[in-house]
Amino acid sequence: MNKLQSAKEAVAAIQSGMTIGIGGWGPRRKPMALVRELLRSDATDLTVIAYGGADVGMLCAAGKVKKVIFAFVSLDFMPLEPGFRQARQTGAIEVFEIDEGMMLQGLRAASWRIPFIPTNVGLGTDVVARNPELKIIDSPYDDKEWVAMPALNMDVSLIHATRCDERGVCEIASPDVYMDDLFARAAKHTIVSCDELVPTSHFSDPQVARSVFWERAHTQSVVHIPGGAHPSSSDPLYGFDVKHFKAYGEAVGAGEFEAYLNNHVVGKSEEDYQAQVGGLDAIQALPLPAY
Amino acid sequence: MSEAASSYSLAELMVVAASRVFDNEGEVLATGIGLLPRLAASLAMKTTNPDLMMTDSQSFLLSEPNPVSGMKTHAGQANETWLGFRAVFDNVWSGKRHAMVGPSQVDRFGQANISALGGTYQQPKVQLLGVRGFPGNSISHGNSFFVPQHSTRVFVEGECDVVGSIGYNPDRLPKGYTFDDIDVRQVITDLCVMDFNGPNRQMRIVSLHPGVTEQEVREKTGFELAVVDNLGTTPAPTQAQLNVIAELDPLNARSKQLKDNPPGDRR
Repeated sequence: MNKLQSAKEAVAAIQSGMTIGIGGWGPRRKPMALVRELLRSDATDLTVIAYGGADVGMLCAAGKVKKVIFAFVSLDFMPLEPGFRQARQTGAIEVFEIDEGMMLQGLRAASWRIPFIPTNVGLGTDVVARNPELKIIDSPYDDKEWVAMPALNMDVSLIHATRCDERGVCEIASPDVYMDDLFARAAKHTIVSCDELVPTSHFSDPQVARSVFWERAHTQSVVHIPGGAHPSSSDPLYGFDVKHFKAYGEAVGAGEFEAYLNNHVVGKSEEDYQAQVGGLDAIQALPLPAY
Repeated sequence: MSEAASSYSLAELMVVAASRVFDNEGEVLATGIGLLPRLAASLAMKTTNPDLMMTDSQSFLLSEPNPVSGMKTHAGQANETWLGFRAVFDNVWSGKRHAMVGPSQVDRFGQANISALGGTYQQPKVQLLGVRGFPGNSISHGNSFFVPQHSTRVFVEGECDVVGSIGYNPDRLPKGYTFDDIDVRQVITDLCVMDFNGPNRQMRIVSLHPGVTEQEVREKTGFELAVVDNLGTTPAPTQAQLNVIAELDPLNARSKQLKDNPPGDRR
């Protein structure tokens, strides 16, 4: 089965009111070209589940988001993500705030097709106290109470992989897959962008096959976009673009996110975008961060 | 034991005080969030507790801590175990970890906040990070707090605006739990070291940094504090400790963490 699509064809699967999940972590390996395509689309009123970075921030700043399911939204070196921050401080979005590990549990439950996973995480905190959707249950096996972390089911997930074949086999060559495999499994429909499109024979090397974390039946759409994670990183190919994140942050801070969108996204192709930020060679030369 | 150093910065005093949290923790993952707490955990691993485990802040455990400044690349670092984020949660829930974190607010119950400040929960005045891993950390393993600027803005009078971590609050104690299930260990600030071993887990002053008075700590704390008998002074770093700190922080990034980089002895 050939699952290759353009970003526009792929993102057309996302309709207003849907719940979408986005892989990656903070400023790392985010499917940003797919997010830009979503910014160009008419889809709105979205519920977004993510270990959030500028993906969540930009969608919030563009008014696409009804609700965010999150444990953090941060760019690490810029601890406070500007678009998300503004949306929160204007009361523009609903939130479902959980612990980072609870998100893993919710994704796991969805991927296993069970309604919840019991956990002690969240007990005694406002995660539970402020969220009537999170239920506390008794255990049939002990006398304690437990949080029933609900399955985080989603309509569509967006993921950025290092390499894919056209059948949807996806290699994550980065040191961390994060929860991307769980996003792929939790979603009814998964769209994966990749830096490199490879023949199926690429995966015959056992070391490469070990870097494939979900089977291709969970990938519905493959989009080949070299540099498609920019301004986030795609370790080991390129790092994240500190300068660009800062410029985006300044634009939001100055109330000029619309100008950012018009300069980089709306009415522009991904080629236009990449030319704006210095070209694909410049993206691929971005150094990996070291802490 | 080497002699106390004659000259040291407040940041170095705080790092050494913070490192003591890890001395008797055994073989656990020592996590320091922020440069000075990370330096503290690294110092403990290099000196008092070589059994500690340490991450590269990304995806691997290291047999030797990375320097906290001057890292150009992760290539060549002393990896020993893959520990991507999902494996971090496996570690957290196993309890084999002690985290030192830097909350924006801490209340008298030892509850902490990095999520949001002021306004309402629906529309906070200042959105911070979100609760991140605070709920899971606080109910799973030992936690300590590092507070660079001791003030009533951090040590708030009431409860935290958003309670991100469980503490010793009887009204929030889950069914089947006692305070013994919760382990909020120490608080290291620019003024003093505190713990929660006062009556009924009240926060308690353990030692004052040189030149700081008990009254100053009380004035800058939004709630009543207990105090240890025979309140003493936080021990100065030794020259050997300062040497290890300098090796771990070759670019002296620690000097830029506290406003005006004050001396450790303010007498």
